[in-house]
Amino acid sequence: MVSDPFKYFMNQTPNQSEQNPTDSALSTQHSALPSRTQHSSLPSAIQFRNVALKINQKDLVSGLNFDVIRGETLVLLGRSGSGKTTTLKLINRLLEPTGGEILVESKTTSEWDPIELRRDIGYVIQDTGLFPHFTVERNIAVVPRLKGWPEDKTNERVRELLNLVGLNPDVFAKRYPRELSGGQRQRVGVARALAADPPIVLMDEPFGALDPLTRAGLQREFADLSRRLGKTIVFVTHDIREAYTLASRIGLFKDGHLVELATPDEFAASTDPEAKAFNDSIKS
Amino acid sequence: MNLFDFIIRNRGEVLQLTAEHLVLVLIATGAAVVVGVPVGILLTRRTSLAKPVLAFANVLQTIPSLALFGFLIPLLGSYGIGRVPAIIALFLYSLLPIIRNTFTGINGVDPAVREAARGMGMTDWQMLTQVELPLALNVIVAGVRVATVISVGTATIAAAIGAGGLGTYIFRGLRMNDNTLILAGALPAALMALGADFVLGWLERVLSPGTTTGTAKRQTGVFVGIGAATAVIVVLVIASGVLSKNSRQGVVVGSKDFTEQVILGELLAQTIERESELAVERRFELGGDLCHRGMLAGEIDMYVEYTGTAFAAILKHKPISDAKQVYDQVKSDYKSRFDLDWLDQLGYNNTFAILIRGDVARRLNLRTISEAAKYAPEWRAGFGQDFMSREDGYPGFAKAYGLKFAEAPREMDLSLTYRALAASQVDLIAGNSTDGLIDKLGLFQLEDDRHYFPPYEAAPVVRHEVLERYPQLTALLESLAGKITNEQMRKLNYAVDGEKRQVRDVVREFLDGLKNQSAVR
Repeated sequence: MVSDPFKYFMNQTPNQSEQNPTDSALSTQHSALPSRTQHSSLPSAIQFRNVALKINQKDLVSGLNFDVIRGETLVLLGRSGSGKTTTLKLINRLLEPTGGEILVESKTTSEWDPIELRRDIGYVIQDTGLFPHFTVERNIAVVPRLKGWPEDKTNERVRELLNLVGLNPDVFAKRYPRELSGGQRQRVGVARALAADPPIVLMDEPFGALDPLTRAGLQREFADLSRRLGKTIVFVTHDIREAYTLASRIGLFKDGHLVELATPDEFAASTDPEAKAFNDSIKS
Repeated sequence: MNLFDFIIRNRGEVLQLTAEHLVLVLIATGAAVVVGVPVGILLTRRTSLAKPVLAFANVLQTIPSLALFGFLIPLLGSYGIGRVPAIIALFLYSLLPIIRNTFTGINGVDPAVREAARGMGMTDWQMLTQVELPLALNVIVAGVRVATVISVGTATIAAAIGAGGLGTYIFRGLRMNDNTLILAGALPAALMALGADFVLGWLERVLSPGTTTGTAKRQTGVFVGIGAATAVIVVLVIASGVLSKNSRQGVVVGSKDFTEQVILGELLAQTIERESELAVERRFELGGDLCHRGMLAGEIDMYVEYTGTAFAAILKHKPISDAKQVYDQVKSDYKSRFDLDWLDQLGYNNTFAILIRGDVARRLNLRTISEAAKYAPEWRAGFGQDFMSREDGYPGFAKAYGLKFAEAPREMDLSLTYRALAASQVDLIAGNSTDGLIDKLGLFQLEDDRHYFPPYEAAPVVRHEVLERYPQLTALLESLAGKITNEQMRKLNYAVDGEKRQVRDVVREFLDGLKNQSAVR
């Protein structure tokens, strides 16, 4: 057993160590959304106002009232079917609320053109959803191309991002997703979500399908990365350990309701029965 | 003649028929791709339509091809025969596999990939063209492959409605009981199907996103696909050139789908070619009443018809036996109802021939049906399905002569009745009076002394418009009047059916013979 998962991970991708991405490489602002620095006066990137979604007489989520603070990593925690993924999809308008409203950068999602909105929000899903017929390079370049970036700028950006997620561009750029390991695929998924430098990134159990060691390595690496990038991140998981590793705040879902919203320290001491159940599961 | 010799000797015709076949298949499946792929895509967007549309396409697929041709004839009016209905039918058959595979191919795209595409802000069109279609392409190509192979097979049947193609050989071979001919049509068709299957199967594998590695092969696949499409277009252009060559100034001669008719069609065609500058297009071997329909549609300018057939089957008069009366009636009705002209009769009468073995006729000294009737209770009879069922067939015939046989007549395939009679399995049959087998098998035709059978005198029928446009045709075609006796027609039929000689050669010799006769006189 390897004691340090990060070290194990480093051994898997030795080329990672030679790259030392700088924040400046990522700070280029390509998004239509206002950047963090430009709008520091506005604390909430995303606001849920009494949001509900009912499909076939069934409440998937209801009574959602919370803000996502700019630059934080909000982890939505809950069991399967508790409504956390639904909540995520309401943000980039993959789902439309049947009640209440969601504000992204002070504008309700219904006012946003959904195509425009999605191009300005990074999105990572569990099965990566990489396009099997595209090379790594083209997968990462999808959103910049949709946005009509010039070719050389896109190419430069792709190399930057591959370095950032620890994949040597000379080795991986021309490969197809099927030629990558699960962990490498997920790195490409993250790079793709960051490609157009979106201020908000949505992540739906991105590390859920990975083996525990690879997952632990990626989680630590990602925690580090997200702190450096200063993106607003909404991260869905059912893994309480992952929540503690990554979260600036944890939002707990049960049966379509947000039952707890707290910092990790507060969450560890929560009296909510569902929060207790989660906390108990990692006590040894 | 073995298959190889046949193909070498007739390579021009084999190539022509193969080209015709290919053109039918390519146009039909090409159109099915152009229509089917968008329909399949639409179904993935309007899933409520998917079930009824796929069910409808399924039903289309189950209609037997001959029945489908039958439905199309009245629907298409003046385009009822030839390439148009054949292409429409093949198109309809090709639709289902293409629609279904497009639909299932796109629906089979990994939902995660689709969600990612949407989540990244692709529009529906971008998702379709950049993600769904590329990923479904191999499945769609598989559908095209199935459709193409089906079309190559079904197109052989299109020969029955005058669309040409390799089926022409197959039908001709079946009729003449000639395996070489059947193979000459079936083999190239099979090779064509295998070739299409191979090329499209390869394309399908190369385009499959999960099985190849690297960009090179996929790109090769796309290039080959484009290359093949270009080649197909080139072939189409060349072939359409070959096919349209026939459509210059001239006349179109038709024939029904049995040997005697093909000989007569060739006779008209060669007579015109010899004695005039007119180009002749041959639209032979048309089934059912397609010749008549073709004339009305202006697709065919002339063919040889039988007075009795026109009288009963087309004009729906009650059968009568006076030959002159039938001819006059038919001539005047055709003129007033269809604007078609009957020219003078060729001379023979292709009526039902009541046949017995020659040795029996001599031994009992029989000449007429009446004389033979008294032996009937000791005899067995065998008749074709047609004779058993038609109004002027067995029921009336038995009544007219008061015939009673030892047992109920056996109903069998017409061509088998000859062999059954020769082998003494039956004692009396109803054949065709011009059948070459009558002489060959030493059979004797009893005279219809009570004139029960209506006359079936053969005469050319020509569109009036064509005779006006080319006035020289009337005299030309009437030079054939009275020139063919029953005996001669039997010989001509036998030369083709029995001796397996080419219709072209048999007719040329016959016309040479006529010329010499008139020169001697």
